[in-house]
Amino acid sequence: MDKTVIKIENLFVELDGVSVLENVNLTVNEYDFLGIIGPNGGGKTTLLRVLLDLVKPVRGKIRIMGESLEKNRHLLGYVPQYAVFDRNFPISVEEVVMSARLARKQGRRFSHEDYKIAAAALERMEILPLRSRQMGELSGGERQRVLVARALAAQPRILLLDEPTASVDSRFAAGFYELLQELNREMTLILVSHDISAVSTYVKTLACLNRTLFYENSRELSQEMIEKTYHCPVDLIAHGIPHRVLPPHDGVVGS
Amino acid sequence: MEILQFDFMRNALLVGLLVSVACGMIGTYVVVKRIVFISGGISHTAYGGIGLGYYLGFNPMLGATLFTIISALGMGLVQQRSSQRQDTVIGVMWAVGMALGIMFVKLSPGYTADLMSYLFGSILTVPERDILFILLLDLLIIATVYRYFEEFKAVAFDEEFARVSGLKVEFYNILLLLLVALTVVVMIRAVGIILVIALLTIPPAIAGEYSRGLKGMMGLSVVLGIIFTTAGLYLSYLFDLPSGATIILVAAAGYILALLMKK
Ligand SMILES: Nc1ncnc2c1ncn2[C@@H]1O[C@H](COP(=O)(O)OP(=O)(O)O)[C@@H](O)[C@H]1O
Ligand SMILES: [Mg+2]
Repeated sequence: MDKTVIKIENLFVELDGVSVLENVNLTVNEYDFLGIIGPNGGGKTTLLRVLLDLVKPVRGKIRIMGESLEKNRHLLGYVPQYAVFDRNFPISVEEVVMSARLARKQGRRFSHEDYKIAAAALERMEILPLRSRQMGELSGGERQRVLVARALAAQPRILLLDEPTASVDSRFAAGFYELLQELNREMTLILVSHDISAVSTYVKTLACLNRTLFYENSRELSQEMIEKTYHCPVDLIAHGIPHRVLPPHDGVVGS
Repeated sequence: MEILQFDFMRNALLVGLLVSVACGMIGTYVVVKRIVFISGGISHTAYGGIGLGYYLGFNPMLGATLFTIISALGMGLVQQRSSQRQDTVIGVMWAVGMALGIMFVKLSPGYTADLMSYLFGSILTVPERDILFILLLDLLIIATVYRYFEEFKAVAFDEEFARVSGLKVEFYNILLLLLVALTVVVMIRAVGIILVIALLTIPPAIAGEYSRGLKGMMGLSVVLGIIFTTAGLYLSYLFDLPSGATIILVAAAGYILALLMKK
């Protein structure tokens, strides 16, 4: 029996009085690699922000490893959608990654242990040689890896990634997803994206989010799910999707 | 140098040093966090406290400290409500602080001739008890930045991630505004409340162009502050110019020079 790491029940979220998420129910098992797709404005980022306790839901129950958000939020790692920071901010890659250790820091300085953990996270993302570089000097792909390394330095059990490949080219994205698949051996991953084709090749299970969540515990998307999520004909959506996303008997997709 | 033999000149140089340390450290945060407008608001509300000091007959520096601390707390609350009207509220607080000061000064019974020195600074005539007070505030500022350096850096760089990491972001934001309040008080005697914001932001703005880390940016800002205050002080003494304005103009010249060199 798989162990449940995240359980969301009857979640309703409003932002500025507007309903953004309605009756979302989701169960994520340990070592799953869940892809959540959906159109822009569908509420994907909001769902992650609720899990991170950055947004308070109107209603609903959330359990992380069987405990409340307050108690177990620290088990979640976060790679945000946009790096909102200032490119001129004088800060090095290592300093950025170290910031994930702040809550565990005792006293004024970081410990040797903290530095080791940060170095391991950089190594994981294959960017250890960049550790003393300025954040502002990095390419989009390198910056993305730093953000994942930063999340890893908090030693999360579950990693939440919000459109991590939105601003990088597809060649980089492939390598990046392979790194994620390796990480998946040690932790649960939830990846959010509006790009079905990019995500569906690498994840283990897929869900669609557009205000509410359509979730089938498999990697295959039913035609009904896509239609419900995107409110548009499947033919349009299916074009260019790797064939394994749609069930093999589905006539829409060729070889 | 001959002028160093005068006590008032030695005191003025000491004030310049204390001012440069506080505004180099805190100005760096003000610049990277883009809270220049909030800081401008905090510095101008100081006038209310200066007026209150005149009115009730206590040291206007203490009144300024009281008012900048209250306005820092107020601005902190406004900052946390991420409403679109943030800048309006800050502008109103700014004006109310000034208006209160004008009222108090008008109502004051006594002699208010040195009022101008609070508005525009007078680094050559800072009384010894105020130098001691400035020194105390400086030590408080240095100690706090030393203790919370990493926390302030993380919150300034990426507030949301700092929150996710479990930091009390609101606490550090308000603490920083309180440090801005104290820095303003440190600077009032030297450059005056009207000109505080310029000296708070120019050295870090220059230093930011040449720094790879926050520590280096602070260090360079402090050095630049010392250069500007000392040069301004010397020029104002030599040509009998108002010291606060001279310091600011020297700093502005330095800024323009730095921008041209960067091109
Ligand atoms: N701070 C906010 N205030 C009000 N509405 C918001 C806010 N942030 C996002 N929204 C709205 O919530 C909806 C979901 O947004 P989001 O979660 O960012 O979607 P996605 O990540 O799927 O593109 C959108 O309609 C968006 O306009
Ligand atoms: Mg989004």
